[in-house]
This record gives sequence, structure tokens and C-alpha cells, in this order.
Amino acid sequence: MDRRSFLKIIGIAGTAALYGCKQKSSTGTSHSELGPVPTDKMTYRSFPTLGNDKVSILGYGCMRWPTIPHPEGKGDVIDQDAVNELVDYAIAHGVNYFDTAPVYVQGWSEKSTGIALKRHPRESYYIATKLSNFSNPTRENSLAMYRRSFEELQVDYIDYYLLHSLGGGGMANFRKRFVDNGMMDFLLEERKAGRIRRLGFSFHGSQDVFEELLALHEQYHWDFVQIQLNYVDWHIAKAKDLYEALVKRQIPGIIMEPLLGGRLSKLPDHIVGRLKQRSPESSVASWAFRFAGSPDMILTVLSGMTYMEHLQDNIRTYSPLVPLTEEEKEFLYDTAKLIKQYPTIPCNDCKYCMPCPYGIDIPAILLHYNKCVNEGSVPQSQQDENYRKARRAFLVGYDRSVPKLRQASHCIGCNQCRKHCPQRINIPQQLQRIDSFVEKLKQDTL
Amino acid sequence: MLRKTRITLSAIFYLGITLLFLDFTGTLHTWLGWMAKIQFLPALLALNVGVVVALLILTLLCGRVYCSVICPLGVMQDIFAWFGKKAKKNRYTYSPEKKWLRVIMLVLFVASLLAGGGILAKLLAPYSAYGRIAGNLLAPVWQWGNNALAYVAERMDSYAFYETEVWVKSSVTLAIAAATLLLVGILAWRGGRTYCNTICPVGTLLGFVSRFSWLKPVIDTNKCIDCGLCTKNCKASCIDMKTHQIDYSRCVSCMDCIDKCKKGAISYCHKPASGNSGAQVAEEKVNTGRRTFLTTTAVVAASTAIKAQEKKVDGGLAAIKDKIAPERQTHLVPPGALSARNFAQHCTSCQLCVSVCPNGVLTPSTDLTRLMQPELTYERGYCRPECTKCSEVCPTGAIRPITREDKSSTQIGHAVWIKKNCIPLTDGQPCGNCARHCPTGAIQMVPSVEGDKRSPKIPVINAERCIGCGACEHLCPARPFSAIYVEGHQAHKEI
Repeated sequence: MDRRSFLKIIGIAGTAALYGCKQKSSTGTSHSELGPVPTDKMTYRSFPTLGNDKVSILGYGCMRWPTIPHPEGKGDVIDQDAVNELVDYAIAHGVNYFDTAPVYVQGWSEKSTGIALKRHPRESYYIATKLSNFSNPTRENSLAMYRRSFEELQVDYIDYYLLHSLGGGGMANFRKRFVDNGMMDFLLEERKAGRIRRLGFSFHGSQDVFEELLALHEQYHWDFVQIQLNYVDWHIAKAKDLYEALVKRQIPGIIMEPLLGGRLSKLPDHIVGRLKQRSPESSVASWAFRFAGSPDMILTVLSGMTYMEHLQDNIRTYSPLVPLTEEEKEFLYDTAKLIKQYPTIPCNDCKYCMPCPYGIDIPAILLHYNKCVNEGSVPQSQQDENYRKARRAFLVGYDRSVPKLRQASHCIGCNQCRKHCPQRINIPQQLQRIDSFVEKLKQDTL
Repeated sequence: MLRKTRITLSAIFYLGITLLFLDFTGTLHTWLGWMAKIQFLPALLALNVGVVVALLILTLLCGRVYCSVICPLGVMQDIFAWFGKKAKKNRYTYSPEKKWLRVIMLVLFVASLLAGGGILAKLLAPYSAYGRIAGNLLAPVWQWGNNALAYVAERMDSYAFYETEVWVKSSVTLAIAAATLLLVGILAWRGGRTYCNTICPVGTLLGFVSRFSWLKPVIDTNKCIDCGLCTKNCKASCIDMKTHQIDYSRCVSCMDCIDKCKKGAISYCHKPASGNSGAQVAEEKVNTGRRTFLTTTAVVAASTAIKAQEKKVDGGLAAIKDKIAPERQTHLVPPGALSARNFAQHCTSCQLCVSVCPNGVLTPSTDLTRLMQPELTYERGYCRPECTKCSEVCPTGAIRPITREDKSSTQIGHAVWIKKNCIPLTDGQPCGNCARHCPTGAIQMVPSVEGDKRSPKIPVINAERCIGCGACEHLCPARPFSAIYVEGHQAHKEI
């Protein structure tokens, strides 16, 4: 080795060593830029009608607990270790409201949530569950479901009890599920006895049914009402009217679908750019959460956080909540108009439609379609500039997201799913539309 | 130099043909498809006179280079033999020609072909034997490799690779392929081209011609020192050192002897044909009677369905039962096959079409009368309107080239309704998935009770418009037996 090459090697080694050191320190600073997740800055809400209840503005939706494959390969089961970890973290960072239902996560949510919460003092959290007597509204079955919730959650009182999903099927459905079978009277008695601390309902329906239900306030005294609210639905789906009806009667509202099942964080690139430009350090989701939490009459905003990163991001957003200014709200309404230009299907992946008796994976198909819409992989015709690339992305991605036997081509249009959809999507029609689109792509006849 | 040229060319052909069987995307066929079409037997069956004559002329000029370069089974044997030689050098000896065995095999083969493409012809045909090995034993390995790449690609958000399903299309064919590989492999390892010079009908046929070939390896007795190196390295065992004669009917012109000879006593040149040796020694019979065994369809994995008791819970996936093939009175052959008879007469069961079928429709038959010949079955997919892959690749003319347009009007069978399985009648659910997906509009939904418009709607089939593609059968929600299935036609027709 001559002197020159020796120096060269020494030089390279030296630079590499320096580079290594520098990298380390740079990641260190970026971590501190984000800062630790605050444990004591959570915003809480309380209302005179709710006594001493002090509820965190971030509520934990227990509808999307993480799952792992069943050890014997029979579908998926809840990952209890992950649930415990999420619940512990949430409580440690100030979250104290947990919302579940007997039907969530294939019927395992209550039990799993109960196991995780049992490890904390009962007075340190509020638990909410629901009477999900859709399929069998007899008194006997409804009572069984009610009692079962106490067993599954391992509690002797429930803080917030909801009549699950009113609105669909109008007042007739409400009467059938809760009045005619005497369940309403029973639940009022239970509230008196203290086994239910607060009684309310969750709502998916039209304004007139909502008004009718609120008119029953005199009779039942709804402690709270759960509605769907976000910046897209505010004007377009008239969430504003629902909220104002609550303000008029001074009933605290609980927000569901603030993020539309993740649709408001999975946005087309230029809309992400728009939000990020406005506030580069904030996540896209944080806009939706700040919007949902800003109105005064809101008790808590539910988020079904499957991943730790989502939980951490939401805790940051709400520790403390910085309410949106009027100008910021206008900015979001304009954003909503841009989002609406994309023909996505309003599926929030709640899985109420599942299981399809014919084995179709409905949400997976709709989500794949939405993903392709947002990514520009839904070509209009063969003349499109990126037709070949988009075609491949759509078709290859379709087979990856949905096994062939569970794809839309197998939908027979029996319509059994339709009544379960809280977003009122005409599922068979959408599936058949997607299927004929896929056929056109496959046959190159678009 | 000659040997190196031979090795290079054979490597190109061997890789090319193997890739034809491995490439499930069907893109290579545009470029390499001709390699399958110049195979001797497929060309003969396709009545591809040009190719047959060209191959005969080639043999007449240069000897059996076809066996050394073009035939993939031949090259595969050379690979085994190469490993054999690594294990033991100079392992071969001269053995006289077993002429009667060769002739009997050829006669049996021709008889089997004339009888309408019997099983024996399919087992002996060298290209097809290789096709089965490549399609059944190599393709799964290739596909697993692809799937590993697809797995990585998916995680990198790339659409460069897509996953393909690896499945046993027929366990009988798989077993036959494995047995062939074992038998030919062992023979090649021990004795080089034993298969080619005793069993292979193409080898025997070309051997008749190569006796008179213009160019051939010739031993110059003036230079020869009788060291025997050539004999010991002749994988065809055709060099008789005692007489300095080479049996040109068995020589595959591999040029190994020329390369081995240290004295340069062997040259590839023209020499008038001379009488050949004809000693006959009986040897162990090669077991060609391969037994077939029946297979049972894979047991349907019984998984528990979610019971709807007191509540309908959210999420989860309903179990899907695997479909079971219906019993067809007439089996289905792909569009382009013209008729079941034309197909049977030309197909050598090489499995090339089975390898490329992207819809999982073509599978080798387990029926004894047409064992290993592909037929259509709609459990995994249906014969999609945009696909004409099998007709593009078939080298034997069993499936003639067909355009998309012709395919859409070629009737290979017709749909038959099975009332007892139909969902609107059994489950009381509206359906019509068959009618919705019929590419020719041959199915319409009508009320099941005449005069009652509100009665459940059932499919009725206009058999004249049906082309037998199987969309209805595959997409029928009734499981495991569909409520509509395709019955094959003996002869295809235009609708």
C-alpha cells in the first residue's frame, strides 16, 4: 500500500466515524423536538347535568381493538396483550372514557376491555356500553344482553349506557326495540337504582327522527347523546343541525366517527399537502380531532385507536385541546369540499355489515377502492395517461387486499348487509359497480 | 470448440424451454414460444411439415444434434450425466445397440398414437415428459420464489410482483412427473443417454436418419492409440474401440469424444456410411408400466361458522366451502381445440397450457382414458373472455390459435341448471349472480312460479347463446356444488 491510498482509507474511516456520531445526535434532537407524550395536560369536560363526572376529551372507542391470527388458523382473535398495553398507556396519559358494545369485534370487545380495565381502580375510568338488540329485540334477549355486559366487563355498575344505533328504521324501530318490550322502563329503573349512572343513545339517522327522539327528553331525560360529527359531515351530512339540537336542550354530546374510520387521515396527496402546509408539525388526523373537540357541548370524542402511534398522536392533540379558530374552521370546510370531489365510498370500516353470509369481505373491498380513488388508480378510460400503471395497481392491489373468493364478483345482491350499515351505503350496488369496473379493467374494455 | 458450441446452444434452448413452463405471466411466450413449436413430436402432431422436414434435414446433415441441443429431456439427462461423471470419471463403456427394444418401443408408440393418443404415447414423448417435470416440479419452486418477491414488493408498496397460487393441479400427474424424473435421472447418472437410445421413440426415429448423416465424428485409425478415452466418455455408449466403429444411430453428436481425444484422432467430418454393428444382448426390461392411482379430492377444511344466536356480532368472515367439481357427461376442452377427438389426437400432455393458464381452469385429467390431458374445470376460476393463453402456447395443434373475438363465439359446452342447489329456492335470497356475469347474456332470471311475479327468480339458460366459459358455475354462491354447471360438447361450434 502506498502512502496515498493509506491516507485515503484513513480519511474514509474518519469520515464514516464522524458520520456515525452525527447521525446519532441528529436522531436525538428530532426526538426531543416532538417531545414526550404529555401525561398531565389532557383536557377534561364536565357539565352540571352530569354531576361530578370529569371526562377526558379523548374517549377510547373499543370497536377496533388489534387482532392477531387465531393460533389454529380460524380467523382472528383479539390481541389481549396489546389491548392491555394500550389501555394502560391511555389511562396513564389521562384518558378515562372507554366505549364498547356487546357486538364489537365479533362480540369479544366487552370481555377484552373488561380484562384490561379490571387492572385499574374502578373509579379511575368511565365505562360505556350499549344495548345492541338489533337482531332479536325481545325483552328476554334484551335483558340477557344487558346482564351479560356486566359479566363481560366485570363491573357492578355501568357509567354510560346507550341504546345502540337509533335512527335507522325510524321511531317504529325505537318502539319495537325499547318501548314495546318494556326495556325503556326497565332501564330507567336501573338508572334509579344506580346500576346505570347515565342513560343515552347513539344515533345514525335523519334530522326528523332525531328531533322526535329528543322530544322524549322530558319523559326519559337523556343524560347524553352520541352523534357522528366531523368537518366533512358538518355541512354536508347536516351534523351541524344535530349538534345545535343538542345545544338547544343542553344535552352533552359524544362524538363518534371524528375521523370517519381513518378516511380523514388517508387523504389524497394534495389535500394532505394543504393541511400540512398550514401546520407542518401537526398530523393530518389532528385537524379532525381538534374540529370534533372544539364545540363546547361535547363531552368526549371517541377514537377507535388500534395502534399505539394513533393513541399517542391523539393524546398530543388533546393535551391540551387548542380549539379551532373561526378562520381555521372555514379552512376545514373548504378542505371538506375538496375531499368531496373524490368519489370515495363513505365506508368507515366499522364492520357492522360483517360477516357476509356468502363470505365476501365487504369493508376490505370498499377500502381498497377508496385507497385507489385517493391514489389516482381508478382510471376513467384507456386513454388516461397512467392507464397501464393504474390498472396494474388496482388489480394487483385488489388481489392482495381481498382473497379471490371474497371479492365483489361473488356478491349475489341478497341485501342482508344493507340494514346493518350505519352510513346507509347501498353495499350490493357499490360492490356490483366495483365488480363491473374490475371486469372492464381485466378485459381492457374501459 | 464444437463441444463448447453445442453446450452453449443447448443451454440456451434448455433455459428457454424451461422458462416457458415457469413463466406464469405468459409474457415470454411471445419471444420464446417457437422453442416449443420446433420440438419434433409436437410439430409432427401439429402437421407442421416445415419444422419436421427441417429437423430431418438437420439430422441428415449433422446427425442427432436435435437430441443434444433442442430436446430439453436430452439436455436434462446431460446435466444428470455430468454430475455422474463428477462422481466417477471415465465411467462409460461401449455396449451394443439393443435394436429390438428400440423398435418395439417405437412400434408401441406409433400404435398408441394411431389409436387416438393413448397413455403410452404421452408417457414416452420426450418433450412432454420434460414438460411435466418442469411444470409440476420446477414451477412450484419458481412460484414460491416469485411469491417471496411479491411479499417483499407488497411491503415496499410496489406492484412489480404479484402473488400466484401454488397448488397441485393433479397428484397423479405430479407422481408421474416425479417417477419420470427419478427413472430418467438415475439412468442418465449411471449410463448417460440410455433412455434416448433404448426407449425414446424420437431418438429411434432420428437414429434411422442419422446413420446416413453427412457430418459425423470419424476416428482416424492412423492417429488412434487405442487409449479408449473416447469410449469411456461417450454417454451414448456407441464407440466400439475394438473396431474403431461408431454407431451413428445412437450418436447424439455431442462432440465430447472429439474434445477428449488427446491425439486429435476424432474429427467431425463427412465419411461414407458403413455397416453397423448389430450384436444383440438382452438386458433388464425397463419398467414402463406405470401404475396410476386414484386421488381423492382434498378434504374440505371444516371450519366452524359463526352461529347467530342472541346477537349478530360485527366483523369476522364466514367460512367458505371449497367447490367440488360436478360429474360431466362430456369433459370440457378449451376453445381452439375444435373437438374432444382432435384434442385427444394431438395433445401429448406436455402441460404447457396447464402451466400458463392464469385462471386455474386447465388441469390434467385423472380419467384413465385421457390421463394427464388437460381439461377445463371451474372450481378455481373460469375461462375468462380476455384470455387466449393456452391457444397461443400449444405446440402440437391440440389447441389451435384463437382470437378473443372467435373465442367469444365458440361454444365448448352449455350451462345446465340444478334446481336443488339454487340459492333463491334453498335460502330464499335473491341472487342472479350467474345472469349478471354471463358474458354472452345467455342467462335470464325469471319468476320460479309462472304467473307469480313476486316468486323467487331463477335462472333460465338459452343454450344456443351459451359458450360454456363457466363464469356462472364458478361464481354461483351454492357450495360445495354449484347450482349451475357446464356440460361439455364433443365438437365445438360457432354460435
